Amino acid sequence: MIIEYIIPRLDFSAAGKASTDTKHRLTQLGLPPALIKRIAIAMYEAEMNIAIHGGGGRAEIEILPGEITSRFIDHGPGIADIELAMQEGYSTAPEEIRDMGFGAGMGLPNMKKNADELIIQSEPNKGTTVQMHFCLPAGEA
Amino acid sequence: MRANEIVQILNAEIVAGKEIADRLDIGTACGCDLMSDVIAFVKERVALLTGLTNPQVLRTADLMDIRLVIFVRGKKPSAEMIQMAQEQGIVLMKTRDSMFIACGKLYQAGIKGDSSY
Ligand SMILES: Nc1ncnc2c1ncn2[C@@H]1O[C@H](COP(=O)(O)OP(=O)(O)OP(=O)(O)O)[C@@H](O)[C@H]1O
Ligand SMILES: [Mg+2]
Repeated sequence: MIIEYIIPRLDFSAAGKASTDTKHRLTQLGLPPALIKRIAIAMYEAEMNIAIHGGGGRAEIEILPGEITSRFIDHGPGIADIELAMQEGYSTAPEEIRDMGFGAGMGLPNMKKNADELIIQSEPNKGTTVQMHFCLPAGEA
Repeated sequence: MRANEIVQILNAEIVAGKEIADRLDIGTACGCDLMSDVIAFVKERVALLTGLTNPQVLRTADLMDIRLVIFVRGKKPSAEMIQMAQEQGIVLMKTRDSMFIACGKLYQAGIKGDSSY
């Protein structure tokens, strides 16, 4: 099953809906709460990054037996130095975004901590794809 | 510590979830205006103190299983936020205290928290 979400640019009342919705779906599937929390946190950070930095984009959540893969795709400015962007505290968020509660530079580190695998592909001026993989315990979903 | 005690300590007003506040038990607190920091640091039975009043605060609270959000500096949550909190079973309070004062009062009252991360 693949679920798709559109993530609008800088729409702070819509941003976060893809991850909240996925959280509820996974709860209905009966996955362990700790795993659901990890997935929801990682997805939320990726979703906010698309809304804030990526100029909007979309998310694809693929639920398979034993694994969940999420892809966050945008055609925004891209990330020039991924290694730098991964560092805790690194953020290019402008003042008005910080005033809204974002720009700690903890989003990518939070994704890395919570996903079983994180793959970032990005090209300046072409966009960014963030893929996160989660392994489910045997016999689930 | 019970959420009701926090109301006393901060001279706060409950703006959502009054009916669940007497059952809510808080172990530690996090004073923060950057949501990804909240996500990075928060553990269990946490109260979130913040000066931000946008719906992302409640999204973060929902994600992190935070059951109590305290707005400092007299900030008022919108009707939309109050409704979200009610749907999610989150208690909202507001206090006139600044972030520093509110955190200090709670610390002094015995909410010590965890300095490590
Ligand atoms: N989809 C994206 N498109 C373009 N740049 C991005 C994207 N995602 C992240 N970045 C860049 O990587 C930096 C670090 O991202 P990260 O999520 O760790 O922190 P942040 O979004 O700035 O702050 P926080 O997530 O803590 O609110 C961003 O400031 C931005 O420069
Ligand atoms: Mg981010």
